[in-house]
Amino acid sequence: MTDATLIRDSYLAQIRRKRAYSTVILVIFVAMMASGFQLANGRNAGGFLSGLHRIFDFPAELIAEAVDRAANLPGLIWFYLPALVETLNIAAAATLLGALFGGFLSLMASPGLAPFPRLVPLVRRFLDITRAIPDVVIALILIFMLSSGPVPAMLAIAFHTTGALGKLFSEVNENADVKPVEGLQSVGAGWFQRMILAVLPQVAPNWLSYGLLRFEINVRASAILGFVGAGGIGAELKVAIGWGQGRYDAAAAIFILLFVTIMVIDQVSGHFRNVLVKGR
Amino acid sequence: MTAAIFADAERRISRRRWTAFGVLGAIVAYFVYIFFAFDVGGLAQRVRLDNAAVLLRDTYSHRVQVTRDNRRDETVVAIDGERNGRFAEDRWPDWVKAQGTSTEVDLRAGVKVFYGPDDVRMAIPDYGTITIVPANSGINLTTPDGAVPAWISASDTRVDITRPEGRLTVTKARTETFRYFLGWPMFFFTTESPFYYMGWGERAAALFSDTQVVPGTSNAAAMWNDFWHNTAWRHSDVAWAMFETLLMAFLGTMLAAIVSIPLAFVAARNFGPSMPLGFGIRRVFDFLRGVDALIWTVILARAFGPGPMTGALAIFLTDTGSFGKLFSEALENTDDKQVEGLRSTGANALQRSRFGVIPQVMPVISSQILYMLESNTRGATVIGAIVGGGIGLLLTQAIQTQKDWEDVTYYIILVVLMVMLMDTVSGWIRRRLIKG
Repeated sequence: MTDATLIRDSYLAQIRRKRAYSTVILVIFVAMMASGFQLANGRNAGGFLSGLHRIFDFPAELIAEAVDRAANLPGLIWFYLPALVETLNIAAAATLLGALFGGFLSLMASPGLAPFPRLVPLVRRFLDITRAIPDVVIALILIFMLSSGPVPAMLAIAFHTTGALGKLFSEVNENADVKPVEGLQSVGAGWFQRMILAVLPQVAPNWLSYGLLRFEINVRASAILGFVGAGGIGAELKVAIGWGQGRYDAAAAIFILLFVTIMVIDQVSGHFRNVLVKGR
Repeated sequence: MTAAIFADAERRISRRRWTAFGVLGAIVAYFVYIFFAFDVGGLAQRVRLDNAAVLLRDTYSHRVQVTRDNRRDETVVAIDGERNGRFAEDRWPDWVKAQGTSTEVDLRAGVKVFYGPDDVRMAIPDYGTITIVPANSGINLTTPDGAVPAWISASDTRVDITRPEGRLTVTKARTETFRYFLGWPMFFFTTESPFYYMGWGERAAALFSDTQVVPGTSNAAAMWNDFWHNTAWRHSDVAWAMFETLLMAFLGTMLAAIVSIPLAFVAARNFGPSMPLGFGIRRVFDFLRGVDALIWTVILARAFGPGPMTGALAIFLTDTGSFGKLFSEALENTDDKQVEGLRSTGANALQRSRFGVIPQVMPVISSQILYMLESNTRGATVIGAIVGGGIGLLLTQAIQTQKDWEDVTYYIILVVLMVMLMDTVSGWIRRRLIKG
């Protein structure tokens, strides 16, 4: 009987302590959120409450104008299609380049597969750094050197993609079976032959799936980079918004293009990723 | 029998080989198309190598500029030619000597520049003395052998001498000599601060001595004040900007998590109160994710103006979509057994969720939140560049002025360190959450 009460008391005490901790953490969290929000609100150009009713003003204007001149929309969409193709090309080329470099570096960064095991930590640090630098920074610097255009954006996104995919790929590589590699090594295959014939077939589905996911992300990134100075649909959007009231049908056309493209790409790539990873 | 198997195997192998070649060929063909679509060939002409050289040199070195205003006969020594880098008159570096109205500048390897009352002379060992006379009619250049070598560019209005030891530019209005030094200038103190002129030993000694360098304040306070309000590197502004970026990421991610957890319960197929409502909310999540962060940022910036809150709200809207999808999927994958058990004891819906479901999904949810927080720290830099807040704003400003590349390098290093720190901390917390 005493045992049971002891156990119950200690259990209840434990629960009480846990609740007390949770309450303290919750209070700290709420205080952080509230003060952080106050601070951000104070440093913003327009306040939260005074701007709240204006959130829907711009979309409403945009939609009103788009509906008003719905006849223009197909023409405008056709007009902006080349810019969209450029944005998609930037994303696709950057994903391909990043996947090629990232794939190579991921093999250099996987302890069991690397040709120079001593370099593994070095390659990993390098991948960390390429991942940490935001693409917009590299793009702006490259625009200064190469003048604006799609190439700086492509290189910037490719740089970041190398780091991101390199890390994910190397995690995949670590789960690859080494037996085929050893088998090939025993018959005298070189490093490239071992990687292409023994490792790639094992990791290809996961690599492809990560590559597709990255492509989705890169399409968005490439649109954003256009907005800060590289070419493509983002640049057109910035110009169209700058025209102001009365010309919002152009901005609406771009919004529609971006929205539909991103939705379609997400759906298609999501489908293929499911097929690749789960096998149909 | 075996022959048939061999033939089959060979056919399969050759088909795979051709697929491999086909994929390779498609990639090569695509890059050829990109080469022409992006006009990579024309890039060679548009590339501005001089810009690249300026950028590279600025990131690791700085110049000290000795400028004489030829009309007013005033000479100024300044780092990078900036106002806040001016040396006090009596504290010029020892390689610049004032002699009455003339000035002698000692560059490296015995090369000397002499600003006389009416002329400028540059003495170069093994070559001779170049004399330049800026007159109202034009600028006269006299070289020792009468010829103009490739490292001098001369016209009636301007003479430019570029040597590895330094650079001399003479126009009618002014005479400038540049000498280059390694390192970032004035990182701790600007030349306006008395501490700039001290070595590290002297600074340490000043820190513990009672003789006040700046009358009225203790040396430690004066040092901190001069460092923190350094007008060249603006340490206090940079610290604020970094904090603002973290704040944007934190507020946006946490708000999104708070809003999307209850919504995910409604959207999840196995918990939702009604199918149509769940379907509707799932489509809202899709919409939030589908409308790109760029579009949200543009719309929000028009409502709230530039600033960190706009950035936080943009992150909040996009992440609510992603979190909603991830969380409702996590809820759909939970085990019903705990819920059944709780129901058998008479628990109501809220209690069943709290004690039967939340403990199951908490590790997934918190690790997703941490992962998003980490990736948003990087995202907040980019969003800050668009909405004008945080370190992203400072970065774009520094890049667009195309002048202070050492600042750009500094900000990039800070961003990389911040992102890597977030990576490490959140990775550590996530591992602890999963292991328990």
